[in-house]
Amino acid sequence: MKKSLAKVLSLILALALTFALFTACGKKDEDAKEKGSKGTQSQDSGDKADKDGSGKSAGKFLIGGVGPLTGPAAVYGTHVEKGASIAVKEINAAGGINGYQIEFNFEDDEHDPEKAVNAYNTLKDWGMQISLGAVTSNPCKAVAAETAKDNMFMLTPSGSATDCIAYDNGFQVCFSDPNQGTASADYINEKNLAKKVAVIYDSSIVYSSGIYQKFAERAKDCNFEIVAAEAFTSDSNTDFSVQLQKAKDSGAELVFLPIYYNEATLILTQADALGYDPIFFGCDGLDGILAVENFDTSLAEDVLLLTPFAADAEDEATKKFVSDFKTAYGEIPNQFAADAYDAMYILKAAIEKAGVTPDMSISDICEALKVAMTQISVDGLTSAGMTWKATGEVNKSPLAVAIKNGAYVSVQ
Amino acid sequence: MSFISYLIKGISLGSVYAIIALGYTMVYGIAKMLNFAHGDVIMVGGYILFTVMTSLGQSPILAVLASIVFCTLLGITIERIAYKPLRKASSLAVLITAIGVSYLLQNLALIIYGTETKFVTSVIPIPTIKLAGGNLAIPGQTLVTIPVCIVIMVSLTVFIRKSKTGRGMIAVSEDKGAAVLMGVNINKTIAITFAIGSALAAVASVLMFSSYPSLTPTSGAMPGIKAFVAAVFGGIGSIPGAMIGGILLGIIEILGRAYISSQLADAIVFLILILVLLIKPAGILGRKMNEKV
Repeated sequence: MKKSLAKVLSLILALALTFALFTACGKKDEDAKEKGSKGTQSQDSGDKADKDGSGKSAGKFLIGGVGPLTGPAAVYGTHVEKGASIAVKEINAAGGINGYQIEFNFEDDEHDPEKAVNAYNTLKDWGMQISLGAVTSNPCKAVAAETAKDNMFMLTPSGSATDCIAYDNGFQVCFSDPNQGTASADYINEKNLAKKVAVIYDSSIVYSSGIYQKFAERAKDCNFEIVAAEAFTSDSNTDFSVQLQKAKDSGAELVFLPIYYNEATLILTQADALGYDPIFFGCDGLDGILAVENFDTSLAEDVLLLTPFAADAEDEATKKFVSDFKTAYGEIPNQFAADAYDAMYILKAAIEKAGVTPDMSISDICEALKVAMTQISVDGLTSAGMTWKATGEVNKSPLAVAIKNGAYVSVQ
Repeated sequence: MSFISYLIKGISLGSVYAIIALGYTMVYGIAKMLNFAHGDVIMVGGYILFTVMTSLGQSPILAVLASIVFCTLLGITIERIAYKPLRKASSLAVLITAIGVSYLLQNLALIIYGTETKFVTSVIPIPTIKLAGGNLAIPGQTLVTIPVCIVIMVSLTVFIRKSKTGRGMIAVSEDKGAAVLMGVNINKTIAITFAIGSALAAVASVLMFSSYPSLTPTSGAMPGIKAFVAAVFGGIGSIPGAMIGGILLGIIEILGRAYISSQLADAIVFLILILVLLIKPAGILGRKMNEKV
C-alpha cells in the first residue's frame, strides 16, 4: 500500500516537473512574441507582423472571429459565424474591398474567456489582421485585452459589455450593456407597460448585472417602480421558483429579464407552473429562445425583447438577408447573425474610407481604421445611419420585438 | 403563505438532491470511492428521456424505463471498465479516473447531441394545484417527487438490511477481506452497488428534468456537486444521512434565497456545511470510524 502510494506520488512529481519545464518554455516564447508585437507598434512595423501578415495573406484581408460554436451559448456563436460568412461571400463576389478579397476564419471559444484567448492566438498564427473580437461579453473582454496588446483593430458584433471596448482599438456593432438597460427603462416608461416592475438577473455575468445597474439607475426617473430585484448565479441557474414567487408577491406586472435565453426558458416554464403571468421583457440575450429544441414556444407568447433586428422586417435588405440565410443554413437568422453581417460591411466601409491595404502591418491597419470608424456612417440590417464615437460605442436606435405564434414580430 | 410554498419547494428540490446523494453515499460506503461521474449519469438519463420521448416519439413510461435500464447498464459498464481494474490502486488514482469518466461522458454527450439546449418534456403530467385562493401553488412534479423519494429510501434500507445481497454490501463496506472469507463475491457486490446507484441517478434525472427541463451536457455537474455536499452533510456512507442531508440542503437553499439573499444562497449552503463539519466532522448521521491502514 505504502509502496504504491510512493510510486504514485513520485509519478505525479515527475509529471509536475515536466509540465513546469514546458510552461517555462511557453512563457519565454510568449515573452518573445510580446516583444515582437511591441515592435510592431513602433514605426518600423516589426518583422513578425510582416511574416504573418504579408507572407500568408498574399493580397487578402484576413479577418478572424471568436465565439461559442459549442457550449451553452452556441446559438450566438454559430449565428455570428454564419451571418459574417454570408457578408464575406457577398463582398468577395462583388469584387472585395478596394479590390482585395476577404478570407474569414472563425474559432470556437465555448463561451469561456481562457479558450477565447487561445482561439485568438490560433487565429493570430493563421495570420489574422483584423479581429471580430468575441461574440459574448466575458470572452470578448479577454480578447479585447489581447488585441490592445497587439494593437490589432477589433470590431465585436455582439460583445455588449463596456469592458469589451475598454481600449481605443475596440468598437461595437451592438448596443453596449448600459445602453440596453437605459433603453429598456425608457421603453417601459414611454409605453406605460407597467407600474410595478420586478427584475431577475444573473449576478455572475457582466452582461446581465451591467444592464440591470443601468436599468435601475434610469428607473428612478421613470413612471414605474422596481418592486423586486432578484439575482441568481451561474451555479444556481435551474430553480427560479423563489425569485418568481417574490416577484408575484410584490405585485409586479412586468418582469424584466436582462439574461440569456437558456435561463429564460426555465423562468417561463416555472412561472407557468406557478400560475404567474406578467409581461416578460428582455434584451438581446433572449434572442434565440425560440431555437431551443422542444421548448414549448407558447410559453414565450407575448414576450417582449429589445433588439435591433427583426427577421420579419419588410425592408429589402432584411428580406434578402433572411432568404439567403435560409437557403444557406435552413434556419431564420437572429440578431447576432445580423450584427455579424453588418460588422463585415462596417469593416468594408472603414477600410475603404481609410484606404487600407492587406500589405500594411497589423498595427498600421489598426491606427488607420480607428480614425476611419469615427468618420463613417453605415446603413445596416440592425439600424440605418450607424455612427461611432471614439470610445467604440455605436449610435443607433433600438427596436422592440414581440413573440407571436412562435415567431419574432416587430412592434411599433 | 409564501413561507409554506417555499418550504414545499425546498423539500421538493431537496428530495432530488437526496436521491442523487443516495447514489454517492452507497458507492462511497461500499466501494470506498467518490464516484464523481455520478452527476453525469443523471445528464445521460436526461438525454435518454429526451431521445425516447421527443426524437422517437414514444410514451413517457417507456422513456422512463429506457432511461433507468440504460443508466443501470452504463453504471455497470463504467465500473467494469474504469474502476474495477483499479480496485487495488490508491484511492487517489480512482478519484482521478472518476473525474476522467465524468469529462468523458460530458464530451460524448457534446459530440452526440451537440451543444444547443434541449428542452425535456415533463413526464409527470399533473397540473399545478392551487390552494388558498391561488396563493399557494404546488407544481404537480412536487407532489410526485417527495413520495418517490420516501419510497426509494425505505425500500433501499429494507433491501440492505434484509436481503442477502444487501447484507453482503454491508459486509464489504465493513471489511473487504473478511467479507471474502465469509463467501461474499466482492466484484459482484460492487457491480450491484453501481447498478443501484446509477438506476437511482436515472430516477433523479426523471424528477429533476420534469421540474427543471433545460438539458445541456453539463446539466448533471452542479446537481452532482450539491448532492455530494448533501451526502457529506448527512454523513457519507449513511443512507438516512444522505436523505436528511439532501432535504436539509434543499430547504436551506430555497429559504436562504427567499429570506436572506437570492445571490448568496449558495454561499449560505456551503457556510452551513462548513459549520456542521466543524461541529460534527462525520456529518449529521455519520459514524466516526478509525481508518485502518
